Amino acid sequence: MATFRAPPRKGENYELSADLNSEYKDKRKDAIKRVIANMTVQKDVSGLFPDVLKNMQTDDLEQKKLVYLYLMNYAKTQPELVILAVNTFVKDTDDPNPLVRALAIRTMGCLRAEKIIDYLCDPLQKCLRDENPYVRKTAALCVAKLYDLKPELVMENGFLETLQEMISDSNPMVVANTVAALTDIHDAAVANGLDSEIFVVTNTVLNKLLVALNECSEWGRVAILNALSRYDTQDERESEHICERVVPQFQHANASVVLAAVKVSVCPTCNGARGFKRGHQVIMIHLRNVRSDNLTKQMIRKMAPPLVTLLSNPPEVQWVALRDINLLLQKRPDILSSEMRVFFCKYNDPLYVKVEKLDIMVRLAGDNNVDALLSELKEYASEVDVDFVRRSIKAIGQTAIKIDEAAERCVNVLLELINTRVSYVVQEAVVVMKDIFRKYPSTYEGVIPTLCANLDELDEPEAKASLIWIIGEYANKIDNADELLGIFVETFTEESYPVQLQTLTAVVKLYLRKPDSSQGLVQRVLNTATKDCDSPDVRDRAYIYWRLLSTDPGAAKSVVQAHRPTITLPRTTVSPALLEELIGEISTLASVYHKPAETFVGRGRIAASAVPRKGSELEDDQNAARKAFQTVAAGQQSENLLNFDDPTSDEQPSGLAATQVLAATPAAANLLSGHSSNPLDDLVSIFGNTGMTNTPSQPQGGLSVGLGGLSFGAPISPAPPMTPSVLQAATPGPMLQTHQQPQPPQSASEDLLGLF
Amino acid sequence: MISAFFIFNQKGEVLISRLYRTDLKRSIADVFRIQVVSNSDVRSPIITLGSTSFFHVRVNNLYVVAVTKCNANAALVFEYCYRFIAIAKSYFGKVDEESVKNNFVLIYELIDEINDFGYPQNSEIDTLKTYITTESVMSTNVPAEESSKITTQATGATSWRRTDVKYKKNEAFVDVVETVNLSMSAKGTVLRADVDGHILMRAYLSGTPECKFGLNDKLVIDKSERSGLGDAVELDDCRFHQCVRLDEFDSTRTISFIPPDGEFELMTYRSTSNVKLPLRVIPTVTEIGTSSVSYVVTVKTNFNNKLSATNVVIRLPTPLNTTTVDCKVPNGKAKYVPAENVVVWKIPRIQGGQEVTLSATAQLTTTTHRQVWARPPIDVDFQVLMFTASGLIVRFLKVFEKSNYHSIKWVRYLTKASGSYQVRF
Repeated sequence: MATFRAPPRKGENYELSADLNSEYKDKRKDAIKRVIANMTVQKDVSGLFPDVLKNMQTDDLEQKKLVYLYLMNYAKTQPELVILAVNTFVKDTDDPNPLVRALAIRTMGCLRAEKIIDYLCDPLQKCLRDENPYVRKTAALCVAKLYDLKPELVMENGFLETLQEMISDSNPMVVANTVAALTDIHDAAVANGLDSEIFVVTNTVLNKLLVALNECSEWGRVAILNALSRYDTQDERESEHICERVVPQFQHANASVVLAAVKVSVCPTCNGARGFKRGHQVIMIHLRNVRSDNLTKQMIRKMAPPLVTLLSNPPEVQWVALRDINLLLQKRPDILSSEMRVFFCKYNDPLYVKVEKLDIMVRLAGDNNVDALLSELKEYASEVDVDFVRRSIKAIGQTAIKIDEAAERCVNVLLELINTRVSYVVQEAVVVMKDIFRKYPSTYEGVIPTLCANLDELDEPEAKASLIWIIGEYANKIDNADELLGIFVETFTEESYPVQLQTLTAVVKLYLRKPDSSQGLVQRVLNTATKDCDSPDVRDRAYIYWRLLSTDPGAAKSVVQAHRPTITLPRTTVSPALLEELIGEISTLASVYHKPAETFVGRGRIAASAVPRKGSELEDDQNAARKAFQTVAAGQQSENLLNFDDPTSDEQPSGLAATQVLAATPAAANLLSGHSSNPLDDLVSIFGNTGMTNTPSQPQGGLSVGLGGLSFGAPISPAPPMTPSVLQAATPGPMLQTHQQPQPPQSASEDLLGLF
Repeated sequence: MISAFFIFNQKGEVLISRLYRTDLKRSIADVFRIQVVSNSDVRSPIITLGSTSFFHVRVNNLYVVAVTKCNANAALVFEYCYRFIAIAKSYFGKVDEESVKNNFVLIYELIDEINDFGYPQNSEIDTLKTYITTESVMSTNVPAEESSKITTQATGATSWRRTDVKYKKNEAFVDVVETVNLSMSAKGTVLRADVDGHILMRAYLSGTPECKFGLNDKLVIDKSERSGLGDAVELDDCRFHQCVRLDEFDSTRTISFIPPDGEFELMTYRSTSNVKLPLRVIPTVTEIGTSSVSYVVTVKTNFNNKLSATNVVIRLPTPLNTTTVDCKVPNGKAKYVPAENVVVWKIPRIQGGQEVTLSATAQLTTTTHRQVWARPPIDVDFQVLMFTASGLIVRFLKVFEKSNYHSIKWVRYLTKASGSYQVRF
């Protein structure tokens, strides 16, 4: 053992070859170990293939396993030599020792050589009917391996039928592996656009699975629960029955079993609802309705404690659980209503856990617990990690927007934080205050002097832009507004574009409110913006304002000071249709990322054009349209993810933190600038639909807000009621789509983006 | 499902690599090395690049990594990684670079056994040890009946127990270990206090014993049903080892099982009501100008005089610009550890009913930039034997076996805190 991983000597392979052919057993075995060690560190030992192969015929199980390991690695590169091993394999599948039989069939399935596959079928046929369950369970998975290599062979030999019979096997582990193999084959077939009827969970299958569920190993339970969640229940009683059988699994020690059980029990409840819809016209409505409610309530009651217990797992598992809890809360906000305290962050939690906890805490915030939440958030705002501190402050803002009664307390906490004069705390607090002003216009004006006093502290564009927006909005209440804005006009060309845009708008607002005192200022800013500014967006906006002001000040007033819809905290971060889909995939990657699996799995991932087709199959048109937009946005985003060198993909805030700027993504940059290609179109569409300007529907809201000066990227509510037709009426374009659904892809992508 | 499994050392060298499926190439390991190991700013345990997802868990400077190319079950993958670590620990003690290198043959054998084609298989340590051993097994030496016994066990309904266990003396040890999680606000109000309980059992029982286990609990699923407290302990939730019959627990609330041979974790539970905090820490920390900070920290015990808290370690955070700390303690030792910015106060034993007080002054250097001290919480570690913070008591453990032997049962209680008993100041 001492020679492992020794530095390469001259002709090491030569020595190994000699040792492999040694007459002493121990020496040979030791040589094999060294070969494997070299293989692990990626030294090329493929040349030793014939020598290693000679050692395959042995009674030493450990040595056999090592030789097999070697074979699995190099079979592909030495296909003509593998054929020499076939005889031993076939012989081993007849060995009296079941462990040897299983080992042989397991390894044969892993050899990626065309030639050996043809010899695999007969032994496999035999092993599938072996009297020993250990061999059978190994053979079941081997069918999936074979399908992966050569689907035709599986079909020709009738292995699929055999597998389907094996669901009735007396041994629960065999059942579990059979289910895993069938699911694997089914998914592969569907992915290749083939027959999707390979594994259909029928009523008979269902009952067999339910029986095996309580007896098999933890991993087997996950496989079986997965299959159960695919079953379409026929009626209420059936879903009740499934739930009853699945609920005990909530107490399992393995978190993946618990989550799989949650998934199953969520699924029948929604399937039940679907069944209810179908039978709607025929049968008595009330009775069903009540019973369905009871069932759901009962399930939710039983689900809460196990979900909370998942938080005592290691951080990675906790994180997966938290992401899923977040989804479940979007669907059913009442599940954990009294459990907010368990989500309080521990000082030593990893950041990714803390961030999710923050998000969930805001979701659970209500009148009864808001004080505890605020004091907790304030505590977090004094921690060391800048990112976490910022998110905590954002959470305070979100709480203020969510709970009207608590807004004042939130503002007080923010003021306390501003008084700490820690630069990033102050800046984030200013950004958050801006959103509070948007939600509660003209309520907390007393705060403005404190904010303005910190003007010098601000050096981030978002914070600056926020403060400028506040000054512009309350220009008539701030005595020295022209002075303050004057500072920014002074340095106009040095500021970043978002700040320039905000300055421009704020000065115009100031002019419209106090025309006498600020005539000079507006003149200066328009001059600078149109002559010295190199951003076309800033220039265009300046021209528009200029023309508006010079031709029709009345129109200017109605555009710039247009009524803006109030913002709300979105209850969901994904579209309803997607949420439904994700809930059905709880504990998978899709549910962790909060985005559909198509966006990160599969060969080409998804083409944007393919999505609407998929969406159109949905019954609900509106949902379909949303889903399409959603995935287009997601698709764009995922394209960006692949752009490893993209300098814009820096750290981005995410999730529920819907108030941040999306400035980094190109699509959002369009949005940020109002619109890049043709701003006049937007204007026309507003004027063309004067009636619509006052309706609080989102697209106009977004546009008029853009012109009215608040182009902070994502509005706080990404998807309030809007219909596709309205969208059509306003300018259709990428801007609106991203505008509508800017959040969901981002929340997931943040984890990825953080890497580069 | 899991397409590949790797173990990396801290430098990003591959120690173990096993491809379970063919949708990946070995070179994917380099991607992980570049994107995660050599990246200082990794903020998520799952990383997806293109359509490949990397799940990683860190243990003693090793990265245990599972790679998938599908919409995998994330909880399952992480549970699998942690299970691997548990198995490795039980086989060769410590899981670190050294032990992985020394046992790589065994590891390959194990990861082939507990995972086939990316699907986790039987991973019960007790069963695995019957056929994957550290000494090499000659298949001729093992009679065929023996190995078929093994395989039946590995796939059977009681996959965790051999049938032929024999002991001269039949004994069962039950350890109730409770970890208290506390966060207390600066004002002394309890923000969050809960107990993570583990019931560990060491069963040395012959044959196939049928056990019944009883606690003074009443499991409260719905909080609104709480009434008439008595001496019953309210558990918010509990989870069981796979040997416990869950359906039976669901219907009749009895915990019945056939235990694995040897040591295992029978159940874990969580309790949030009436948590008795064994130690009370009352800190008074005042910043005197910008030059020093004074500490007066009192620790009071909150349990019977006959019991005592042992291995008490209190970590008092100090500002980052601390130069020296002058400590006075009546009991134990207190020392300033500059590398961690804490004063570590170790007290070997505090008897019930006692209280001890530390007073200390930290001297600060002057700094140019104004930075408010974040004041991380005070952290307290301790152990109290024969005490449960939740008040849980084992009522009975009954063992039934065909041969009707007499068995001796032992119960121990331990309440401890490590890293999660935090007091803000």
